Amino acid sequence: MSRHRVKNVGYDDDDYEDDEGYESPDPEEQEFLKQCTALVSQQLRAGQPSVNATTEEIQEALWHYYNDIEKSTSYLRGKKEKELKKQQTGAVPKKNGKQLDSVHLVIDFRGWAWANKLCSGCGFNSGDLPKTLELTPPGSLDNFLTGLPVPGFPALSSLPAAHFSAADFFRDSPWLNVPADRNMDIMVEPLYPRLGLLGGSPEAGGKVSKLAALAAARKRKEGEKATPTPTPTPDASSTPQPDKIEPSPPEPQSTPLSLRERLAASKSSKPETDGGVRKLGKPGFSGQGQAQEQPTPEPMQNPEFSLPEKAEPKDEPEPEQPSLDMRASPSGFASAIVGNAAGPTMAQPSHVQSNNVDLLRIYGQDHAEPFDFAGPSPDDMVLNAQNTAKGMKSKPAASKSAGDKKTPADLAGGLKDLSVDEKVSVKSKNLDVLAEYNKSKRKKSANFVVIGHVDAGKSTLMGRLLADQGAIDQRTLDRYRKEAEKIGKGSFALAWVLDQGSEERARGVTIDIATNKFDTESTAFTIVDAPGHKDFVPNMIAGASQADFAVLVIDSSTGKFESGLKGQTKEHALLVRSMGVQKIVVAVNKMDTVQWNRDRFEEIEQQIFSFLTTAGFQEKNISFIPCSGVLGDNISRRSDNAQASWYTGKTLIEELETSERYTHALDKPLRMTVGDVFRGSVQNPLSISGRLDSGSLQIGDQILTMPSGETALVRSVEVDGEPNDWAVAGQNVVLNLANIDPIHLRSGDVVCHASSPIPNIATFTAKVLAFEHLMPMMVDVHRGRLHVPGRISKLVASLDKASGEPSKKRPKIVAPGTVARVVIEMDQAVPLEAPTRIVLRHGGSTVAAGLLE
Amino acid sequence: MRLIKNRIEHGGSGMVTLCPEEPEDMWHAYNLIRPGDLIRASAIRRVTTTQDTGSTSSNRVHLTLEIRVKSLDFDPQSSQLHVSGQIINETAHTKIGQFHTLDLELNRNFTLEKEIGADGEGVGWDSIAVEQLKDAVDEGGKRRAEAVAVVMQEGMAHICFIGQFQTIMKQKIEMSVPRKRQGGGDHDKGMNKFFRVTLETLLRQMEFNTSITSGSNNESVRPVLLASPGFVATGFHKYIQSEASTTMPGLKRLLPSMVVVHSASGYLNSLSEVLQSPAVKALLSDTKYARETKLMDDFLDQLRKETNKATYGPREVESAVDQGAVGRGGGVLIMSNRLFRSQDVAERKRWVSLVDRVRDVEGGEVRILSSDHESGKRLEGLGGIAALLTFPVADDDLGSDEE
Repeated sequence: MSRHRVKNVGYDDDDYEDDEGYESPDPEEQEFLKQCTALVSQQLRAGQPSVNATTEEIQEALWHYYNDIEKSTSYLRGKKEKELKKQQTGAVPKKNGKQLDSVHLVIDFRGWAWANKLCSGCGFNSGDLPKTLELTPPGSLDNFLTGLPVPGFPALSSLPAAHFSAADFFRDSPWLNVPADRNMDIMVEPLYPRLGLLGGSPEAGGKVSKLAALAAARKRKEGEKATPTPTPTPDASSTPQPDKIEPSPPEPQSTPLSLRERLAASKSSKPETDGGVRKLGKPGFSGQGQAQEQPTPEPMQNPEFSLPEKAEPKDEPEPEQPSLDMRASPSGFASAIVGNAAGPTMAQPSHVQSNNVDLLRIYGQDHAEPFDFAGPSPDDMVLNAQNTAKGMKSKPAASKSAGDKKTPADLAGGLKDLSVDEKVSVKSKNLDVLAEYNKSKRKKSANFVVIGHVDAGKSTLMGRLLADQGAIDQRTLDRYRKEAEKIGKGSFALAWVLDQGSEERARGVTIDIATNKFDTESTAFTIVDAPGHKDFVPNMIAGASQADFAVLVIDSSTGKFESGLKGQTKEHALLVRSMGVQKIVVAVNKMDTVQWNRDRFEEIEQQIFSFLTTAGFQEKNISFIPCSGVLGDNISRRSDNAQASWYTGKTLIEELETSERYTHALDKPLRMTVGDVFRGSVQNPLSISGRLDSGSLQIGDQILTMPSGETALVRSVEVDGEPNDWAVAGQNVVLNLANIDPIHLRSGDVVCHASSPIPNIATFTAKVLAFEHLMPMMVDVHRGRLHVPGRISKLVASLDKASGEPSKKRPKIVAPGTVARVVIEMDQAVPLEAPTRIVLRHGGSTVAAGLLE
Repeated sequence: MRLIKNRIEHGGSGMVTLCPEEPEDMWHAYNLIRPGDLIRASAIRRVTTTQDTGSTSSNRVHLTLEIRVKSLDFDPQSSQLHVSGQIINETAHTKIGQFHTLDLELNRNFTLEKEIGADGEGVGWDSIAVEQLKDAVDEGGKRRAEAVAVVMQEGMAHICFIGQFQTIMKQKIEMSVPRKRQGGGDHDKGMNKFFRVTLETLLRQMEFNTSITSGSNNESVRPVLLASPGFVATGFHKYIQSEASTTMPGLKRLLPSMVVVHSASGYLNSLSEVLQSPAVKALLSDTKYARETKLMDDFLDQLRKETNKATYGPREVESAVDQGAVGRGGGVLIMSNRLFRSQDVAERKRWVSLVDRVRDVEGGEVRILSSDHESGKRLEGLGGIAALLTFPVADDDLGSDEE
C-alpha cells in the first residue's frame, strides 16, 4: 500500500504539473547547471579511479550540494565505486510485478471509495476525492496503474480484506483534513512497525537493498559534513510536528534540526515520519489531489502490511534513484522497449527524493550494506514501457523535474496556503521604503479634487478630461452615451465615467467621491470627483482630504452661477481651503451656453477671485479658465469656436500640469484613513483603500486599525492599481489584509503601526474658524472619511485673528468669521491627533473648520 | 399612569398611589421618585430559612414592602425602573433595615410618600414634583401621539421611539457598506443588505405583525419617519414598497403611515431637523416634543442674534433672574428636568426656588424640558438651564473667574 502512496505522490505531481502549468526551469539556472555538470563529469573522469556518471546523477548531486562541484564529485565517485563493486549482484526479479500490481490497484481504489464515504461522515472534505479521480484522464488511469510499484512479495495479494478495518480508517481520518498541528497527535503514536524490523525483512530483499544503499549514501554524505541539503529544510518546516511543539508557525530554519534529532533519538516510528513526509508533499502541491489521494490508502495500513510499509522510504527514492541508474546503463530489455534517451533529463532531484533523503537522515540508521542497483528497477521498466506505449514518454520525468525545481519554494508556499484560515504570515521584505522610494523614478504625481455647486458639470468635465487623455476608451464612452440616452439623460454620458453607482446614474447626481487617474507626459494625476449636492458634503470632505489642489467648477450660465455662489461653491471653496489646499484652479464651465461671453467670464472671475482671496487663497495660486465640459473646449485642446478666440491663456490640462511636486510627510509615523472596506477578490477577501497621510508601509507589515485597536497583516499592496511592495505618504493605495475580521474595519478608521499608534480620544480642544454662530451645541465632526457625532461642550475663548491671543474668555457665542478655541466631546473615542484638520458641521451646513490642538 | 389615591397634604408631605400603565410611565416614576422617599410596592423576595438542624431552604415569597429609597436605576431602553433602599416595615420574612430592590412593574400599584422632615432633610411635594405628577397622570389618554423615527445614512440607522416625554434610541444599526468602485456592484448589494437588516430590526422593534391576517383588527399603526441625507431614506422606502408587493404583504398596512423626510446626517443630532420638517409637524402637531423643539430653536435664534436677550448657564440665568429680566412679557426660563433629579437636596431646592420665583414672583414662564428628548439634550449642552429675557442683560464676565 505504502508503495502506492508513493507512486501516487509522483503521479499527482504529474497532474499538478499538467493542470497548473508550471513554468519550465529558469534558463539561466539551467545554463549554470550545465556548466557545473560538465565540470563535475570532467573531474570524475579525470580522477582516480575514473568513473562515469550520467548527467542526471551529476545534476542531482549538484543540486544536493548547492552546486558545490567538489562535494558533488566526491559523492558521486564514492557512489560509483560502490556500484562498481556490487555490480554483480542480481537485479530484483521483475516478472511477477505487473499482475500483483493491478490487484493492488483495485484494492487501492476500493480504499478510496471507502475512505471517501467514511470521511464524508467525519467532516473530511470528501468532495475533493472525486475531483482527484476526475482529474485523472482515462489514459492516465492506466498510467497510474502501471505507475504503481510492484511489491516484491506475493503474500500481499491475500491482504485486501484485512485492510478495511473501520478502526484503521478512523484512526487516520482526521489526518486528512485537520490542521497540521493536530495531526501529529495521531501521527506520533508508533502504531506501525519499526523500521528496524522492516529493513531486515527477507521477502522484500531487493527493495531493502535499495533503501539500504540510499541510506548508506546518506551516511556518507553526512560524513562529508555537507549536510544541510536544501530538502530537509522545507521538509521539516512543513512537517506538522513543529507546529505541535511550538504553537507559533515554525521557524523553518531552526525546527528541522530539533525535529530530526528528536526523531533520531527516539527511533521514531515509521508512520510518523511518513506523516511528515506526506504533510510535506501535501502543502507542496497546494494540498489538492495528491493530498486526498495519499491519505486514503494510508488507513489501509495494518501491521501485516508492515512490509510494504517499511519499504516506503526506499520506495520513495525509487522513482528517482533507479531511473538514474537505468538511464546510465539501461538493460537490453529496457533499451529495446524504451529506446534511448526516452526519459528527459532530470534537471534537479525530485522532492520525492529529497523527502526520502530526509527520512533516512532522520532514521540515522544503516541496516544494510549499500546495494548495487545499477540496472533499472522492474517498476521503472514497466513504467517506461507503458509510457512509451501510451505515447506519454516524457510525462513522469518531466513532471518530476518541474516538481523538483519547485520544491522548496513550493512547499513553503503550500504550507501558507494550507493554513490560510488560521493565520496568514507574509514575510516582510524589510525594505527601506524611503530608500526604495527615492530610488524609484516616478513621475510627478498630483491628486486634485473637483468641487463646485451641484450640476456645475464637475463629473462631466472630468469625464471629458479622462476621455481626452485616453484614460477611457471610446467604446466605453459610446456605450455610456447609448445607455444614458436610453434613460433620457444623454448629456450625462460623460459624467457616467465617474458616476458608476446605479443610483447616481438614475438621478444624474454624484453621491460619493470617485477616483480616477490619468497620465500626462509629466504628471500622473489622480482625480477625486466630489459630489456637489448639499447632502453629500461629508463625502466631499472625504475627497478633499485626499487632494493636493482643487479644481473649482463654476456654472457660468445665467442664474446658475449666482445660485451656486450662494450654495456649495462657497462652502466647498472654504472647506478645501480649511483642509489645507493652497492651489485652486477655477474652471468656468458651460461657457458655450453664454456664447463665450467675455464679460460674463470676467464678471465671474472678479467675484470668485475676491471671494477666494478673502477665503485665504493666495493670488498666485488662483487661475481661471473658461471652458466647456460637454464640448471639450479649452480642456485639453483649445476651443475652435470663433467666439472663444479672445481667450489665449492656458487650457485646463496645461494649467493642471503647472502644479508643483507635492511633498508628504514620509518620515512621520504611518497614518492612513480608510476610505473604503470591500471585498477585493477571491484571493483578497478583505481590502481597504485610502490615501497614506503620512509615513510608509510595506508588504508583511503588522498594522493597527483604530479605533478598534485590532491588528492586521498587510498581505499585499496596490499603489494606483499596480501591485507594489511598499507605499509611501501621498499615494492612493489598496491594502489587502489578513488576520482581521472585517467588523473591526470601517471607513474612517485610521491605520497605523503598533509602534506609534494614533490615540483614540473622546474629547479634544480645537482652534476653529467659525463659519456660523458657535455655541455649546451638537456638531458632526469630520476628518476625511471619519464622521462622528459630537458636541461643542465649551467655548474656551475667542481668539484674535492676527495674534492668536485670546480676546475674550468663555464667550457665550462665537460669531461667524471669528477664530475660537473650543472643546469638543464625542460620544465615542475616535482616532485623532494633533495637528489634524477637522470640520464641524451642524444641521447640514459647515459651521466651523480648524485645527486640533 | 393612573392616579389611584392622592393624599398630598397642604404642607407638602403626603402620599400618592399610582398605577403605571405604559412604559413611559416608568420614566415619570423615575422623575418623581427621589432618594429619601418612601415607596411601597409588592415585591418578590427570596427568603432563606435555616432549620435547627442547620439545613437551609430558600423560597420566593410575595410581600408588600415599604422601603426608604437610596438609589434609582432606570433603563430607558427597556423602560425598567429599579428602586433600591432599606426596608422600613416589618414582615414575617424580612427585618427592618434589610436592603431590597423593588422592580416596579406595569399595572401594579405603588405608593409613593414624600415627607418634609423637621430639619428639612426632605423636600416633600414641591411645585415641581406636583407638576411632574400632573404630567405623569394621563388625563383622558390623549397623550398617545408617538412616532417611530428611523434616522439613517449609508450604512447606519438609528431607530428611535419618540414619546411624549422621551426619545428612546431603541437600536442602532451599523454596517459597512462598500463604497462605489470602478465596475463594482458591491455597493448596491451592500445597500440592499443594509435595508433588509434595517427593516427587520424596525419591524422587530415595533413589534409589527407582518402577517396579512392581522390587518383585520385595524390596530393603529404609529407614524414612521424615515429620515436621511440624500437618497437613503427614499431608497429604504422604495425597498419597503417592493417588499410589501412581493414577500411581505403585511407591510402594506405600514406604508400609509410612513413619511420620508430630510435630515442632515444619520445621527440622532439631526432628529430635531426631522421634527421641524413640515411633513412631520403636521403629523405630530402639538406634541410636547414639538413644542419643546420649537422653544429651543427660538432660544438659539435669539442667542444667534446677539441681542443679549438670551442667556444660558446656571450663574448667568440666576443673575438674570435677580435683575428681573425673566419676568412678564416674554421671559421664559427653560430648564432640563435633569437638574431636579439631583441627589443633593440643596441643589434641588435651589432650582425649585428659582422656578417658583420666576413663576410666582416675576410672572415669567417656566418650561421644564425632558432631558431624554433631543431638545433637552441641546439644553444639556448649555448647562441644562437657559432663559429668554425681557430686556438685554449686559454680558458681564461671570464665568471668567471660574476655572
